Amino acid sequence: MCTTCGCGQADLKLDGKPHAHSHGHGHDHGPESGSAHGGRRRVSLEESLLAKNDALAAVNRKRLAERGILALNLVSSPGSGKTTLLEQTILRLQGRIPVSVIEGDQQTSQDADRIRAAGAPALQINTGKGCHLDAHMVGHALDHLDPAAGSVLMIENVGNLVCPAAFDLGEAAKVVILSVTEGEDKPLKYPDMFAASDLMLLNKVDLLPHLRFDVDRCLAHARRIRPDLQVLRVSAETGEGLDAWIGWIEARLAVSQKA
Amino acid sequence: MHELSLMEGMVQGIQEEALRQGFGRVCQVRLEVGRLAGVEVEALRFAFGPVTEGTIVEGAHLEIIDVPGQGLCEACGREVEIEARFDACPACGEGFVDVTGGTELRIKDIDVE
Repeated sequence: MCTTCGCGQADLKLDGKPHAHSHGHGHDHGPESGSAHGGRRRVSLEESLLAKNDALAAVNRKRLAERGILALNLVSSPGSGKTTLLEQTILRLQGRIPVSVIEGDQQTSQDADRIRAAGAPALQINTGKGCHLDAHMVGHALDHLDPAAGSVLMIENVGNLVCPAAFDLGEAAKVVILSVTEGEDKPLKYPDMFAASDLMLLNKVDLLPHLRFDVDRCLAHARRIRPDLQVLRVSAETGEGLDAWIGWIEARLAVSQKA
Repeated sequence: MHELSLMEGMVQGIQEEALRQGFGRVCQVRLEVGRLAGVEVEALRFAFGPVTEGTIVEGAHLEIIDVPGQGLCEACGREVEIEARFDACPACGEGFVDVTGGTELRIKDIDVE
């Protein structure tokens, strides 16, 4: 593994290409043999396993803040409707606020293609076997995508309600999308993700008449995990609730630009 | 599933320390893993072999120190041990238990040569 940038993922691809610097390896991986002192000794570290990711996330966050960019990390199960929601969000912000998108998936560039067709610049990260985006991948994606000052950057994480919760990308907030076809107990089953999110979008509410999904129970579960969780009921399909979502983005963008 | 990346982070942290302190080989790694940290200890152990291969940590003994979940009950005010985040208070049976410990996920220390 590479100690210069932290690449552990040989499979990582940005827009289909292996990512830029060589892992061949030009730089040195530290003293591999011999010790100046000899003998066995104990070194106290007290360092988090996420320390490297958190440090890179702090760099991303500073970089985004300096340019007044609002970055949102969108997390959910696969199939919750994130990409459709993004397409609709881009359409509604068009001509007012520039939006760019980082798409994370294990394979294919289908999502980035859909986002570009909707009119926003997009960069696809293929994580290969990886189950989440990390701060290092997003840092490289920022180099390539170079989002405009004062814009909104949407990071569509790999569809997974577990692993992305632990990895700070440098975003202003995590937004968890839960669709009503998934079941109202998801917040209790995957509490870490709901605890880490500022906003929950309850998507596909147009399907509620056809389902046995108790919205109040779902919200009670979610607020047991995170009492101050904000919730918006939306349908990316019919457009219901999307004005409130756009309003939430605009309010958060205003905060990012003041900071 | 993210245990593999966490262990890659561990190797990196140790390699950086090796550059700073100039040690050559690691014989033992002690990790503190809280029960509320959201990781599977067995998956961490499983990942340890492959991620350390070809590094200064290869062949080291891995010791995992189990840290129980701790919390403060908002209803009865007692300091309690909990098995999962957002469990009801085991002492009074109700209340929201504020997590105070057991989310650790860190390298405590390493033995080096």
